[in-house]
Amino acid sequence: MMSRTGHLPRLGLRGLRRFNNISGYSVLMVLAALFMIPLYWMFSTALKSPQQTFAIPPEWVPAPAQWSNFAKVFDEVPFARFYVNTLFLVFANIVGHLVSVTLVAYGFARLRFPGRNVLFLVMLSTLMIPYHVTLVPRFIMFSKLGMINSYWPLILPAFTGSPFLIFLVRQYMMSIPFDLDEAAYIDGANRFDVFWRIILPLARPALMLVVVFTFIDVWNDFLQPLIYLTDPDMFTVSLGLSFFQGARETNWNLLMAGSVLAMIPPLILFFFAQKQLIGGISVEGLKG
Amino acid sequence: MTALTRLSRSWTQLSASERREALAGYLFISPWIVGFVVFFFGPIVASFVLSFTRWNIVGSPQWVGLSNYERIFTQDPFFRKAVTVTLKYAAIYLPLEVVFGILIAVVLNQKLRGIGVFRTMYYMPYIVPKVASSLVWVWVLNPRYGLLNTMLGWFGIEGPSWLADPDWVLPSIVMMSLWGVGGSAVIYLAGLQNVPAQLYEAASVDGANRFQKFVRITLPMLTPTIFFQLVLGLIGTFQTFTPAFIAAGRSGGPLQSGLFYMLYIYNRSFESMRMGYGAALAWIMTVFIMILTVLVFRSSKYWVYYEAERKRTR
Repeated sequence: MMSRTGHLPRLGLRGLRRFNNISGYSVLMVLAALFMIPLYWMFSTALKSPQQTFAIPPEWVPAPAQWSNFAKVFDEVPFARFYVNTLFLVFANIVGHLVSVTLVAYGFARLRFPGRNVLFLVMLSTLMIPYHVTLVPRFIMFSKLGMINSYWPLILPAFTGSPFLIFLVRQYMMSIPFDLDEAAYIDGANRFDVFWRIILPLARPALMLVVVFTFIDVWNDFLQPLIYLTDPDMFTVSLGLSFFQGARETNWNLLMAGSVLAMIPPLILFFFAQKQLIGGISVEGLKG
Repeated sequence: MTALTRLSRSWTQLSASERREALAGYLFISPWIVGFVVFFFGPIVASFVLSFTRWNIVGSPQWVGLSNYERIFTQDPFFRKAVTVTLKYAAIYLPLEVVFGILIAVVLNQKLRGIGVFRTMYYMPYIVPKVASSLVWVWVLNPRYGLLNTMLGWFGIEGPSWLADPDWVLPSIVMMSLWGVGGSAVIYLAGLQNVPAQLYEAASVDGANRFQKFVRITLPMLTPTIFFQLVLGLIGTFQTFTPAFIAAGRSGGPLQSGLFYMLYIYNRSFESMRMGYGAALAWIMTVFIMILTVLVFRSSKYWVYYEAERKRTR
């Protein structure tokens, strides 16, 4: 950088900008290649026959492309079942979070009660404690309740909220002017009316975040389904995929086709909700 | 106790309408209170009690005093292995995550057309389900047919056998995790965009070059974000499970070189069904993480820069 400064005056301002742009784009391209190549490798392997999969040197563009691999995945393992199961869990968790997170966030954001700040701090501090201390007792609790190999252990906790999401939504609700509540109270509304008719509609962007984060977390979760689900008919996509790996060590083409199928739903969601998602993460980043 | 007495005292001082509001408040936050008691605080206490027992979940737990802890610290070679693996991983991965996260954020912070597309591409691997991304990397790292060794071959380098070689298991998993660094880059990017532009302008007037601006302005202003990421990253690395389970295998791979602590807890608790032992392992780790977190918090006053005004607006 130091040596370059000598040439700057001769390049001129426009030349300098162009130079910066070219070097900027080339760094961006190299990085993009590094991030994208494994994804390309996954996708191209998903389209290969077994012979093409183990070809040396590897075929970059499989010809002919075996689109039927994707259908084969559904034949070899109950992948459709896994999909439906996971979507059901995602749906149940979203409902649970929407109900609990909004109620709790509203309580913390807009109502005054003794101990509110202490309780809020307690809630934030639970984010700092790793969840794995609770893993064994939770498992014992659910197994004593006869809930092993059911979806209850994967759904019930959602109805008690999630500290991180409560924090996000509470911050958002704090930014809504309090005049609105007061005007509604004067008109004879009760607290639930205010929550339901005023705060919730205005907090819609934050609720979108709850939906997106919950979707991605539940869709990608592995440890909990692994612990609680034993019947293959109840498996989630992630869990099913890992068992597929164990059962068919060598079928890399089908395994990659399965992986492609597993990443499609979160990816679609990501493209639709990119703005909220990255915006929401910025909020998370500011928390420190 | 004192908190409770203070609470009851303030309760008697409330007017009738304030009491109604307070009751409504407790009602609204009650889902979280139930969750806190049933799924968090209760289990933590239970886990502490369990750690002094031997129990395979059938039958009743048997009180064994400190013997789980004694065994863990004196006779369990896997415990030592798991601690070493996890610490080594944290020591390699966390600094790399910070460095690459910031570098990529700086690259993404340029005002260039189409930058959003690049941001999407860098972020995408972070969205891929962990099981799927781990499987992709197992295949990329396949010693014979894998992409990485093929590409190394172009330069005449014979790549190692990665996940089959005890010395290369950890570097492989570090690489897999770094693929998802776009997730933290986006957080650093938000931090970068919060740096007031006038700081850079003032520095330009004083004749600072780009490197000086980065070291004297950007880095100090990013320290709160770095701090936040380090604390979360610390907790996160100790919870690393899926990549280890998929890439190294349930039992931890060759010579247990990928036996992450979480994987070990899983094995003891849910594969060999030793609930008490698993609970003791989890408690040791929790105490350890809490000590580390406190140390990081304590150290923060030496290197984290908080501008008074930014702090107030938060």
